[in-house]
Amino acid sequence: MQYDRKMKIGLFVPCYVDALYPEVGVATYKLLRSLGVGVEYPESQTCCGQPMGNAGFQNMADNLAQKYDELFSTYEYVVAPSASCAAYVRFFHPHILNHECAAAKKTLDLVEFLHDVLKVDHLPSKFPHKVSLHNSCHGVRELGLSSPSERNVPRFNKIRDLLNLVEGITILEPERVDECCGFGGMFSVEEPAVSTRMGTEKLKRHMATGAEYITGPDSSCLMHMQGIAKKQNLPIKFIHVAEILSAGL
Amino acid sequence: MSTKHSIAAEKFLQNGERVTRHDQTFWSVRTKRDTLAYELDEWENLREAADKIKKHTVTHLADYLEQFEQNATRNGGIVHWAKDAEEYNQIVLKILRQHEVKKVVKSKSMLTEECHLNDHLFKQGIDVVETDLGERILQLMELAPSHIVMPAIHITREQVAECFRQKGIIAEHGTHAAEGILPTGEDPNQSSDPTFLTRAARYHLRDNFMTAECGMTGANFGIAETGDIVVCTNEGNADMSTSVPKLHIVSMGIEKLIPNYEAMGVFQRLLARHGTGQATTVYTSHFRGPRPGGEMHIILVDNGRSSILGNEEHWQTLKCMRCGACMNTCPVYRRTGGYSYTYFIPGPIGINLGMLKNADENYHNLSACSLCCSCDNVCPVKVDLSTQIYRWRQNLDGMHHADAMKKAMSKGMKVIFEHPNLYTSSLKFAPLVNAMPKCLTGIKLNGWTYGHEMPVFAKKSFHEIWKKQLRSESV
Repeated sequence: MQYDRKMKIGLFVPCYVDALYPEVGVATYKLLRSLGVGVEYPESQTCCGQPMGNAGFQNMADNLAQKYDELFSTYEYVVAPSASCAAYVRFFHPHILNHECAAAKKTLDLVEFLHDVLKVDHLPSKFPHKVSLHNSCHGVRELGLSSPSERNVPRFNKIRDLLNLVEGITILEPERVDECCGFGGMFSVEEPAVSTRMGTEKLKRHMATGAEYITGPDSSCLMHMQGIAKKQNLPIKFIHVAEILSAGL
Repeated sequence: MSTKHSIAAEKFLQNGERVTRHDQTFWSVRTKRDTLAYELDEWENLREAADKIKKHTVTHLADYLEQFEQNATRNGGIVHWAKDAEEYNQIVLKILRQHEVKKVVKSKSMLTEECHLNDHLFKQGIDVVETDLGERILQLMELAPSHIVMPAIHITREQVAECFRQKGIIAEHGTHAAEGILPTGEDPNQSSDPTFLTRAARYHLRDNFMTAECGMTGANFGIAETGDIVVCTNEGNADMSTSVPKLHIVSMGIEKLIPNYEAMGVFQRLLARHGTGQATTVYTSHFRGPRPGGEMHIILVDNGRSSILGNEEHWQTLKCMRCGACMNTCPVYRRTGGYSYTYFIPGPIGINLGMLKNADENYHNLSACSLCCSCDNVCPVKVDLSTQIYRWRQNLDGMHHADAMKKAMSKGMKVIFEHPNLYTSSLKFAPLVNAMPKCLTGIKLNGWTYGHEMPVFAKKSFHEIWKKQLRSESV
């Protein structure tokens, strides 16, 4: 498979991935480079503004949306290893700024970029483990990474398609395949009892598949479930899709 | 950082078993809905059509209402217009007084809940008997509905049995109801057999059907082209309520109108599939005019609906046909129950309708959403429920209802994120938080530590790794 080596993308590593899961950013970078894509990382990037928006302070995210547009509008694509952040940029930035945003239009989650733009059909990676796939809400219902279980549309799952290229992997999915894990940004601190209950149930359904890892395109959901798993000493590991797709690079 | 919803939810969640039962009950309705949805190839087209029909109708409401009034009047009905709950209650009372009604049998109507009709009539010495089994149980228990379609599903059969005993229903009808149902020798007073209890309720309700002077129904649909009223029930109680008394009063919110029977065909296929996971309700009753020698009154109620129509951001809530599917799929509703919300309609649509009714009272429900967007995808008329909740949250600050801590946190984030240098130096120091003792990071104010361990900051952020290592290789 030959990719356009002249293609240069802007890499957006959301704030919490930057601070808590830099390995996800590194995996994304390595994966994209291995596929022949030029990667630039504008260093003054910070956050897409979603945490404020979901909390009800979208007006405090206007400068961030503006800055994002300035930093990324010249790239052919902007790629982020976080479905929820990519969705926020793409669908909410134009509303916040009240105009079309060049960068927002071209912002894709890593899975979308690999699946729809590069149309990746082989990968050299190996991951001989059982994983349970976490179909996160904004990935499913905003970006369309998989067919929402509520809808009568042909079934598909872009994350599964990509993971299927990895040697040795066993991909499982929990019961209630795309029910929310209960993160929801500030929802998890404002409604901690419900959020924890949702997360605990989600963890148990993932674990019931017999998987060693829970994987998904959103570190935020994984962080939420990881926090609960740790508190309850549940024996399950977490890994971002990018890390699996780049395993062995 | 808490709302009335989050406080009530925490309390509800303390009984884990009840939460499991509540969640599984409604999830099974969602699953039944999905099964039916997958069976119809034209499912998404139906939703699309329903959305368009409702948008068209509510944006041409004045014309359709006039057409409806003309046709209903031609059919022999008497049409009334009520601008608000008070006017509505007065109209009902006036009609009942004119007919010297002492007892009303009523099939399920959320509009009468919205207008607090029962209380109003009780105060005037008129008895109102709910005839939907769930509603009747709640009425006997003096409770409000916790769901708009399955109002009493949170009550166990043991609780129902206890209530029927206390209210004398078992004493009056127990022996008769037990015949052929309960094994010989089993004491009806000890039984919580559902068939037995339902039968006892039937006998109890039958007495009321026979003695009431007026039957009231709601309306699932009003059909402008014919002036018909369509009522969907599973128990046939709307038919019973209108078959014995000669006086029939219909209460209909003005948004329940649809243009014609072609549209009805679309909604008929969607309503029960969404609401209860049935292909159709057991009874779909069409009322066109009064019975011979009787009277049929139709009260068209606005009660805030026309002002919703003028609300640019939220007018599409008027498309709602009250199927309850958004509640059944809502992961928060399923785990917190209807009573955790401050408005009588819970779940995603209730959050929105509550805000439209009285924002100062109902803003507490806005926290009950993780923005998972499942409701948007089940809604048969494509109301953008989660987007609307997101929008309401943006307005809270202007209403002086913003949570102080959330605001402070957002402000803090704004400062850090808008200053890349400050942001990167914060990243450098962030790992120090890892070493902070639990008593500092786990303070009670921090909702995160309610059920989570704190996440661990990486020793080196991506920013730092990029600068030290990746930047040079990327060129």
